[in-house]
Amino acid sequence: MKILVTNCKVFNSDKTSLYIEDDKFVNPFEIDDTVVVKDMKGNMVFPGFVDLHCHLREPGFEYKETIKTGTMSAAKGGYTSVCSMPNTFPVCDNASVVHGIMKKAKEAGFCRVYPVGACSKGEAGKELSEMGLMKEAGIVAVTDDGKCIATAELLRKVMEYSSDFGLLVMDHCEDASLSDGSMNESDTSTSIGLRGIPSVAEDIIIARDIIMSEYLGIPIHICHVSTKNGVRMIREAKKRGVKVTTETCPHYFTLNDENCVNYDSNFKMYPPLRENEDVNAIIEGLADGTIDCIATDHAPHHEDEKTIEFALANNGIVGLETAFPLGYTYLVKTNRITLNQLIDAMVYNPSSILKLGRGSLEVGADADFTVMDLDNEFVFDKSKMLCKSKNTPYDGYKLFGKTILTVMGGRITYEELC
Amino acid sequence: MGLKNKDLLGMKQLSAEEIMEILETAKTMKMVLTSGNKKTSHLQGKSVVTLFYENSTRTRLSFELASKYMGSASANISASGSSVSKGESLLDTVRTIDMMATDIVVMRHPQSGAPHFIAPYLNASVVNAGDGMNEHPTQALLDLFTMYERFDSFEGKNIAICGDLYHSRVVRSNTIGLTKLGAKVSVYGPRTMVPVGIEKMGARVASSVADAVKDADAVMGLRVQLERQHKSLFPSVAEYSSFYSITSDILALAKPEAFLMHPGPCNHGVELPTAVYNCDQSVINEQVTNGVAVRMAVLYMLMARRNSL
Repeated sequence: MKILVTNCKVFNSDKTSLYIEDDKFVNPFEIDDTVVVKDMKGNMVFPGFVDLHCHLREPGFEYKETIKTGTMSAAKGGYTSVCSMPNTFPVCDNASVVHGIMKKAKEAGFCRVYPVGACSKGEAGKELSEMGLMKEAGIVAVTDDGKCIATAELLRKVMEYSSDFGLLVMDHCEDASLSDGSMNESDTSTSIGLRGIPSVAEDIIIARDIIMSEYLGIPIHICHVSTKNGVRMIREAKKRGVKVTTETCPHYFTLNDENCVNYDSNFKMYPPLRENEDVNAIIEGLADGTIDCIATDHAPHHEDEKTIEFALANNGIVGLETAFPLGYTYLVKTNRITLNQLIDAMVYNPSSILKLGRGSLEVGADADFTVMDLDNEFVFDKSKMLCKSKNTPYDGYKLFGKTILTVMGGRITYEELC
Repeated sequence: MGLKNKDLLGMKQLSAEEIMEILETAKTMKMVLTSGNKKTSHLQGKSVVTLFYENSTRTRLSFELASKYMGSASANISASGSSVSKGESLLDTVRTIDMMATDIVVMRHPQSGAPHFIAPYLNASVVNAGDGMNEHPTQALLDLFTMYERFDSFEGKNIAICGDLYHSRVVRSNTIGLTKLGAKVSVYGPRTMVPVGIEKMGARVASSVADAVKDADAVMGLRVQLERQHKSLFPSVAEYSSFYSITSDILALAKPEAFLMHPGPCNHGVELPTAVYNCDQSVINEQVTNGVAVRMAVLYMLMARRNSL
């Protein structure tokens, strides 16, 4: 199939149109009846976004999300590549689960799915998983996400063993012994009587991981950093040359723990929403490059798991369809970071950290791109989301950056009907 | 006459004016309660359901008697453990109660925010009878009423609250109510039981029990909530009573006319020695009577609001 995307601005380029044949960008061709022409009305084309961190829930939790609904949601959010976390049922800790995920993703055809394997069998924090066999099957990294790598001893073994296969370790940094709570520990948790998780629960593990990485000389990736001290320690470690990379999520730069005062579980996350000074530190970390990536931590949960008492509700929110508009509206339009920095954090850095080779809009590259309307404000409506679960705190938010079109490998995966 | 909101979720949601109106109404209710004939018709033709997910003696019985003294139909439901472990969700349970033409649901629940979560889904008014570690507004109101019977004004009064602050919904509700009325609150407990940032709620964190109680106009002990300790927060009862108990020597540091309160039930010999519990300054038993009067006032005022709509 041939597609001509015309009347567009192309990110960091003078081009005003893109030519696609089959799955690649190609040189201009002659227009005839067989060419699908898409008039972008002056909107901007970006390389397809890359999410380092999402939960597609399949296998095992298809009532929350399936690979199909999750990748449709990703396409609507402008993503053409996502990395799926292994806390499924069964856990993605062996090659056959990896094969199953990749097969379903290919059949659905909405987004490239790069599975991340568990680093311990069953994410139980005890024995090493079969990382080598999983790498052959297609994983791009290892993690026990949802849980912290339980002990320093296991962390060391995981980092050493995974390095034999060139697999990056991504750690969910939370000291479980300090995490018996349902929101950030602060005067707000005290005032509303919820058990708090102190920011030091995250800081202590970030420190541990940096120290281990420095000692072993092996890279580590810190998942969803949310604290000011976490950002500071990562900044200092990078300056020393430690091979540490990190991501944050849109909720950590748009919301804070005071959002929990009405006990709405759409504000319950793990790590929890922090305080204002943490939010500012996260934004500064994005601005000075300490934080490499913006990931979604897309975490679908059924409404029955969220419409309950706050402390009993599951952690997490969906995020694939709000990440770009939140980044654009809250960071770029407010001049906290540039549009280039946002695209670095959403495309180039995640692609380069996991060596995915994504992000090119040049002739010969895979035709992975998305088109965004940056000029017109829209009201985000959770009922229009394509993901199966609707657990988002952003319903009704006024945002900029609505997706007009997403193409993955030359196939139209999302198109705004207007 | 009546309250601004449909529900009584906490002292956070009440204005100083509303608190004072409840206390004035409770004065009248106490007269009814202590008269020979305890029957009024304020809640005639109305229904009150108490739904308790935690054990209770005085709160539950006082709500039940309060509603019956005022002529309402009343029913009690107990549920042990959380709604989730039972199989029916909290929301389904309270909607069921609501659909039986219930006017007021009085709920106690182990999870903070549970009443706040259900209230918007119900036609009935929700009264928070204690939610986790968050609030226990009618306890604070009865404590305030007990003080109000002895003070002309709360302005500038020193109130000491000592014990397990971390798990206490009573200290939270009292601190909020007392500071709204102009009183000064000093709190003290083992550092492992002092929640982060409690001073931002308006309380002064004292340096010792003696420091908290010195020159106090009223002294309140809090129950050590042994059942809420997920982890050990103090080494032993013997150690606790040696360093954190309100002894008679400590109580003597308060103003001569000061009185001693406790929300009950009391662990004798832990937060207070038995002799202090029973001393002349103790108003602990009177607090129980006042609890009925205050709950009559609250039910009456919530119903007055419902009737006026």
